[in-house]
Amino acid sequence: MSDFWSWFIIIIVAINLLGCAGLLLWNNQISPEEAAKETTGHSFDGIQERNAPLPRWWLFLFIGTLIFACIYLALYPGLGKFEGLLGWSSSGQYEKEVTLVARQTDPLFEEFAKVPVEELIEYPEALAVGGRLFANNCAICHGSDARGAKGYPNLADNDWLYGGEPKQIITSIAQGRTGMMPPMAAAIGNTDQAVRDMAIYVQSLSRPDLARDAQKAAAIERAKPKFAVCAACHGQDGKGIQAMGAPNLTDTTWLYGPRLEDIETTIHEGRKGEMPKHENLLSDEKIHVIAAYVYSLSHKPAP
Amino acid sequence: MSNAHERVEKNVGLMIVLTLIAVSFGGLAEIVPLFWQKATTEPLESLEPYTALEMEGRDIYIREGCHVCHTQMVRPLRAETERYGAYSVAGEDVWEHPFLWGSKRTGPDLARVGLRPITEQWHREHLRDPRQVVPESNMPAYPWLQETPVDWSDTERTLQLFKDTFGVPYSEQDITEQLNKIEGEWADATEEDALVAYLLSLGQERKEASQ
Repeated sequence: MSDFWSWFIIIIVAINLLGCAGLLLWNNQISPEEAAKETTGHSFDGIQERNAPLPRWWLFLFIGTLIFACIYLALYPGLGKFEGLLGWSSSGQYEKEVTLVARQTDPLFEEFAKVPVEELIEYPEALAVGGRLFANNCAICHGSDARGAKGYPNLADNDWLYGGEPKQIITSIAQGRTGMMPPMAAAIGNTDQAVRDMAIYVQSLSRPDLARDAQKAAAIERAKPKFAVCAACHGQDGKGIQAMGAPNLTDTTWLYGPRLEDIETTIHEGRKGEMPKHENLLSDEKIHVIAAYVYSLSHKPAP
Repeated sequence: MSNAHERVEKNVGLMIVLTLIAVSFGGLAEIVPLFWQKATTEPLESLEPYTALEMEGRDIYIREGCHVCHTQMVRPLRAETERYGAYSVAGEDVWEHPFLWGSKRTGPDLARVGLRPITEQWHREHLRDPRQVVPESNMPAYPWLQETPVDWSDTERTLQLFKDTFGVPYSEQDITEQLNKIEGEWADATEEDALVAYLLSLGQERKEASQ
């Protein structure tokens, strides 16, 4: 702030305060001759206006606000560049708050970080902290109950795309994951019929009863040999490969829906799933605690 | 004059003048100096002007009333910076016309939403049907945005206006570049593309401070 604007503000504030004080004094003086008059001479419908000085309590209140203003302006920034005797600033107050809380919570996080994730799930306080961090950072995609949504994995069912060991969970949170299934229609015949057959085959991996339907059994037979191109990622048995994030197709967990149409869309267009990395946003200790919370969702601590 | 204050009370013209002087003191001390302060008139060094696509997205943001439920103002309180990112400073809003600080948070603050680890895909799904991804959300769905092409008819004028009137440092070359992209890269852009581009741009100027 330049000196000009600093003085501009100081002078206006001073004029304002002095003006208020002057007005007060000016109006407080009442000549004996004035005071002798009972009324101002106004009369409306027989109601007369009294001629009296300011009530004392009001006057003292007014003087009080003037004194308060002077003390306030001495202690806090208000007079142009003058920073106030207390040296208060909003950013300073913010820094103080952040430092204070960091001093209180850092030892706690350090303590949690020493405990392996498998054991941390026995610490209710750690899980409470982890739950809050999860709500703020993870729930937007994985849901406040961690049960996910279409395209966003359920974290509470102990079924893992990239592995459910604590180390793998921590890697998923810190580094992120990128899942990519390319469009596969061309590789399996490029006809709607071929895609439908394959979708039925994929469905039958978790529902063997489908083969009882003669039509579906025929589709399964047609698609089976072509599954070789899928096996590169999903494995010959369709059980998936966690190192690549290729889902297990033989269980009843469906990231993009279990219906034939959903599976056909997946084969036609491919899918792309991205878990963003969090290592720049969250400290290692916080990621450790979140990992423990996520791990606890499918590993209830022993009662 | 027997009563000193009577002169003011019985002279309406004088009363008006004195009232205006008294009222103007607050504005003179609190508002006027801000027009000459570096902190409020100089953009952050990290501030980038909006691309044409982001600018259109911003207009859609205003048209759909996003600012009615979402603020863009992170206050210097720990609870807010923990949740959203670095607190807002005046220098990041120098080129905002009108500013979109908002005044009510029905939904979360969006001043740093571009820094959140949220994928573009999530934004699209969320705009089409918020409850698909956040079951407890009460945000309205905006499914038509993905089908409506961006109306580019005013874009050139908007960019020129921001350059000439508001002093946003677009060069003539920048504007030509943006207009070329409208013909090329963004020819088929939908309103959803524009809005998502705008959302992802929010907060980038405070990226360093937010880490």
